[in-house]
Amino acid sequence: MHALALPDARHYDEMLLASGAVRPHYQGFAGWLQAQSPEALARKRREADLLFRRVGITFAVYGDEAGAERLIPFDLVPRVIPAADWQRLEAGLRQRVMALNRFLADIYHEQAIVRAGVVPAEQVLTNSQYQPAMRGLTLPHGIYAHITGVDVVRASDGEFYVLEDNLRVPSGVSYMLENRKMMMRLFPELFARYAVAPVAHYPNLLLTTLRHATTVENPTVVVLTPGQYNSAYFEHAFLAQQMGVELVEGQDLFVKNDYVYLRTTAGPVRVDAIYRRIDDAFLDPLAFRADSMLGVPGLLSVYRKGHVALANAIGTGVADDKSIYPYVPEMIRFYLDEAPILANVPTWQCRKPVELDHVLQHLPELVVKEVHGAGGYGMLIGPAASQAELADFRARLRANPGNYIAQPTLSLSSCPTFVESGIAPRHIDLRPFVLTGKEICMVAGGLTRVALKAGSLVVNSSQGGGTKDTWVLEENGSSTPGDKSFLPV
Amino acid sequence: MLSRTAAQLYWMSRYLERAENLARMLDVSYSLSLLPQSRGAAAEIGAPLVITGSWQAFHQKHAGLTADRLVDFMVLDLDNPSSIVSCLRCARENAHAVRGKITAEMWENINATWLEAQALPRSDLADAGACFDWVKERSHLFRGATYGTLQRNDAYWFIRLGTFIERADNTARILDVKAHLIGPGVAESAPDYYAWSALLRSLSAFEAYHEAYRDTLSARRVAELLILRRDIPRSLRACCDEILQILPQIESGEGAADRGRPVKRMAASLAASLQYGAIDEILVEGLHRYLSHFLGEVSRLADSIHHAYLEAA
Repeated sequence: MHALALPDARHYDEMLLASGAVRPHYQGFAGWLQAQSPEALARKRREADLLFRRVGITFAVYGDEAGAERLIPFDLVPRVIPAADWQRLEAGLRQRVMALNRFLADIYHEQAIVRAGVVPAEQVLTNSQYQPAMRGLTLPHGIYAHITGVDVVRASDGEFYVLEDNLRVPSGVSYMLENRKMMMRLFPELFARYAVAPVAHYPNLLLTTLRHATTVENPTVVVLTPGQYNSAYFEHAFLAQQMGVELVEGQDLFVKNDYVYLRTTAGPVRVDAIYRRIDDAFLDPLAFRADSMLGVPGLLSVYRKGHVALANAIGTGVADDKSIYPYVPEMIRFYLDEAPILANVPTWQCRKPVELDHVLQHLPELVVKEVHGAGGYGMLIGPAASQAELADFRARLRANPGNYIAQPTLSLSSCPTFVESGIAPRHIDLRPFVLTGKEICMVAGGLTRVALKAGSLVVNSSQGGGTKDTWVLEENGSSTPGDKSFLPV
Repeated sequence: MLSRTAAQLYWMSRYLERAENLARMLDVSYSLSLLPQSRGAAAEIGAPLVITGSWQAFHQKHAGLTADRLVDFMVLDLDNPSSIVSCLRCARENAHAVRGKITAEMWENINATWLEAQALPRSDLADAGACFDWVKERSHLFRGATYGTLQRNDAYWFIRLGTFIERADNTARILDVKAHLIGPGVAESAPDYYAWSALLRSLSAFEAYHEAYRDTLSARRVAELLILRRDIPRSLRACCDEILQILPQIESGEGAADRGRPVKRMAASLAASLQYGAIDEILVEGLHRYLSHFLGEVSRLADSIHHAYLEAA
């Protein structure tokens, strides 16, 4: 019924082999898909659209007219990950996040990794994300990044590579949860047929993690949002509700006698842990940006006294900075004495003259990123850039090389996706969420983002990307009657 | 509960109630303006502008008062802060800010209302009646979703509080427009029958009137019904009784430490004045004067709610 457009042989397709044959873990789904009439699927797509709009799962776009809300396009074809792939991914992510937390504790205390010469001192200490206010401060259980979102891509060799770590305020987990809810609502029969690992308990794990961020017994936890005009406000509200904790804005909190309190209809209530979805710079106008209206005056002083916990900690940005990223495999060896399970994307650091030369010579083949950038803003994709854009970036690189890194243009893997002409391969990435509490835990899955334009590699929702449900198949042990992970249609 | 959250829930429900009462008010004005025997159709269709205090704003924008211009201005005009769509937008914005505190059914309902409101047909007078019915229906649906799904905690009570503060105010204003038709020395005329029956219908109290009095329409009894009867859900008495019931449900401390004490005192006094009121005394005082005084009391009560719960330091 549906002609699946053949993927380009130069990249890895999650569902199809270059010959057009379906990979084993997708066979059940592909068979089901073939059996659906185009009209029925079109109806389901409209239904999904309507439901998302009704539920109000929208995001605000910066630079758009005030308060404009858009729907993130949702694609009905799930991204399926076989159990063995996931096991390897999960082990690699645990290892990576553990090393990153160790790195943060180290650079704000002994700085052993700097003294050992593994990471250059100037890369850490003069980094704009390094917070001197965190020096020597001991955090409960030594945890800095309680919530980490790691962006992973699959390259043409079929291997997973870590594209970047997000240790500040990673977002997107609400879409992971809502996408699953949508798929279960639209296609319950698929879940009866496939053993898809559940993700719905994420808010529960998150709450457990946040409660472990403080040593207070029975702590009061809140989610701190910049407010309803923030692009991720839906997620802030969603997580607060799912965890059953208050969603607060800066104006709802105040500092008195070295503690943080909530303003409530029944008077002040003490707060012990804050899941803050506000960047460091806006947290406390007395300590950071004085013009911030979003934060809480005096919060840093309470934090430094250990009277309130923040998740994530202040100053975690130094570990996910793109100039620190090339050192993460070394961190894993240094702190854990293990070989990295997940590979980094090869990266040229433009601050090094030799590497800058290479980048300038090969600019049309490379992707250039700002070291502090995020969200797909301010980056150059060489193969897609015009001569003028290339010239502009050459000038920028020469003027301020330390501000940039460059990477080869990865051929991200693709996954069949509904487009106007039918179903065609589109490039995808994956952001699993890793929680660090008493132990490191994660739900099997993550947010799969998809670039909806043919050939495009930019998956960010702010740049017109969409999302897919992500299915991690449960272990296919033996063919017992209870096992349904690979049942033929 | 967070003071800001309480304020947003309270205003969400006030705006929704206001939108509903605007639809009721416009419905009555609009249908009266269509009557051939109506004395001064202009006065009838102008009433909603007077009630909402938007007479001037209307005339700055429009050359003359006609039914379709009124409907356009009071229903669809987003530049008019008193219009139904403006109220629905405010209700939805407040709901958006507290969506974690209301149920998915409530949020989806109010969000869908706002989305549908933006698609209401412009200046299609043939559909005006259907449009008013739609507004009432959306309000009923939201109230039903609230009643049927929301946990009975402070969120619920602040939503209910907003509903009845707004309704007490709106019923008094709707009644006030007709205050000149009643009083000592004012003879009741045939066209008044239509005015009073339309008023009763707009407040969904026409059947209740006949059930309660089993008699012909009289202005005195209509006033009594809408001010003093406790069994009429939109009457002033019923609204004040509800407020009095709601306030003790809100957690605000005990005894002398109760932040809500001034509010409760004021609400009790207002409810008592209605409970022990008599329509003849009210008519002797003058209905318009009585209602103006009542509106002032409701406004002071609302201020004290803000002070005690919604702007806490």
